[in-house]
Amino acid sequence: MSAGTVSLSRFQQLMAQNQAARIARRKALNGVMLTLTGLLTVLALIPLFWIVGYVLYKGAAALSIAFFTQLPTPMGIPGGGVRNAIEGTIVITVLACLFAIPPGVLAAFYAARYPNTPLGVAVRFSTDVLSGVPSIVIGLFIYVLVVQPQGHYSALAGGIAVSLLMLPTIVRTTEEMLKLVPHSLREGSLALGAPEWKTSVSVLFPAALSGIITGFLLAISRAAGETAPLLFTALGNERYDIADIVHNGMVQKQGAFTILARIINQPADSLPLTLWKNSQQPFPERIQQSWAAALVLMVLALLINVFARVWVEYRRRKLQG
Amino acid sequence: MQTKLVEIAPRQQVRTVETNNKVQTKDLQVFYGKFRALADINVAIQENKITAIIGPSGCGKSTLLRSFNRMNDLTPSSHMEGEILLDGMDVNQPGVDVVEVRRRVGMVFQRPNPFPKSIYDNVAYGPRLYGVRRKGDLDSLVEDSLMKAALWDEVKDKLHQSGLSLSGGQQQRLCIARAIAVEPEVILMDEPAAALDPISTLRIEELMHDIVQYYTIIIVTHNMQQAARVSDFTAMMMIDDHRSGRMIEFGPTQDIFTNPKDKRTEDYVTGRFG
Repeated sequence: MSAGTVSLSRFQQLMAQNQAARIARRKALNGVMLTLTGLLTVLALIPLFWIVGYVLYKGAAALSIAFFTQLPTPMGIPGGGVRNAIEGTIVITVLACLFAIPPGVLAAFYAARYPNTPLGVAVRFSTDVLSGVPSIVIGLFIYVLVVQPQGHYSALAGGIAVSLLMLPTIVRTTEEMLKLVPHSLREGSLALGAPEWKTSVSVLFPAALSGIITGFLLAISRAAGETAPLLFTALGNERYDIADIVHNGMVQKQGAFTILARIINQPADSLPLTLWKNSQQPFPERIQQSWAAALVLMVLALLINVFARVWVEYRRRKLQG
Repeated sequence: MQTKLVEIAPRQQVRTVETNNKVQTKDLQVFYGKFRALADINVAIQENKITAIIGPSGCGKSTLLRSFNRMNDLTPSSHMEGEILLDGMDVNQPGVDVVEVRRRVGMVFQRPNPFPKSIYDNVAYGPRLYGVRRKGDLDSLVEDSLMKAALWDEVKDKLHQSGLSLSGGQQQRLCIARAIAVEPEVILMDEPAAALDPISTLRIEELMHDIVQYYTIIIVTHNMQQAARVSDFTAMMMIDDHRSGRMIEFGPTQDIFTNPKDKRTEDYVTGRFG
């Protein structure tokens, strides 16, 4: 008893002896680390602002109404726009969503519900592998699978290639969001006598929806910026003109299905493809358009991200009341 | 009010007041894999009474409660042996429709778990499952259920706000309204007030007293005062040497708390049990 008291007070003595020095050292260390982390954060942000600023500076000059509404002019002739690339980007992205979202979401439901079955493990493993495959390899794969048998490049092939790139993101984010839904909600629904599918559709899916949609949007913003998988699939098409296809189709009294097939069945351009190709041209106005395309792509990605955040916050507020 | 209920459960209108065994188990055993979590449970739950299940942590109270509506089925590797008679019909048979069992035996959980939907949609969720589609029918069912759950006055002006915007106690009453909306015969409550403050707890207990005339209530609770306050019958559970839960005493709550037959029950209800 007395020994314990002595050793305790001895400790207190020792503590008192170097208290001032200890506190001073701690504060100094705190200051150094805070400065270091702050500096490195600024360092990490420099490239981002540099890229954004430079693209803005170079690209804004070439932006005009014509840039969005006109087709490219022949090489070396100033003027023209990239309407073909904007339309192609939209067509390819919509196709990619159609191919990637339904199977991706359903696979995620399965993997979230049965994580430890062989198929559930396979879903997770294969999406991990797929997300690691270089995008150019996916382009080549679709070239062999779709372009060669068809005998021509097409927006369809581009859409399929891009959908393979979106698939892992969609499956994994959807699965993670579904797993975040509290188990008690599932039980609450099942305890009312709801079957599993009904519980998934009416309780789990709405509860996870904002996160799932965010996953879609991020996948889309990434997919819209992909170049490599389109090189062997959509190829590029400076005369891609949906209005013209629709007009011709109407004149020839083709059905809606035929017109749609013609839209997706010919080679198409996209903004990243245009950026890449124009940047290699010797004509200054083409290089200018490259910068403008880069700016449009960047703004598009930014808008999608901002929209995703605003929407998630809106949903959260609405649900929390 | 009378006609509103007829479409869902005409049976309720003609229920007699005589007391009988609503739920009865015969040699019920519940296994998780090879581990026997519940052993030889024989209990008869009286209709339109509140039965409390008490006992130390890990003695299988919740497992027993969750076997009454076959929620244990959701735990992989679990299986049950023995009989669970609901109105004399064994619901622990392979061919039994689990959905119908769960409609007849509702459940309220420890933590309020309203769906992230509007108050209205939370209550209407169950009726919609069973095919009630007309807005007029749903409106009156929602109102009836919220009335019975003593929540109507607080939420009647904001039925289309999220259920998550309510306080914890209100959320739990919303969950009770949600369970009531499908006109169950038995309501299982798994420590329904464990996550609530004393005032909300009191409201839930009053609510149980108010609705027990329509339903048979089985409640699991850690709170001995609560069991003594609300229940008509009490079941005392404890684990045996093989860590299997057993029911060591069952009887009118009065007897269990004032004149227990088993020494372990006496120790537990008087707080001498560690």
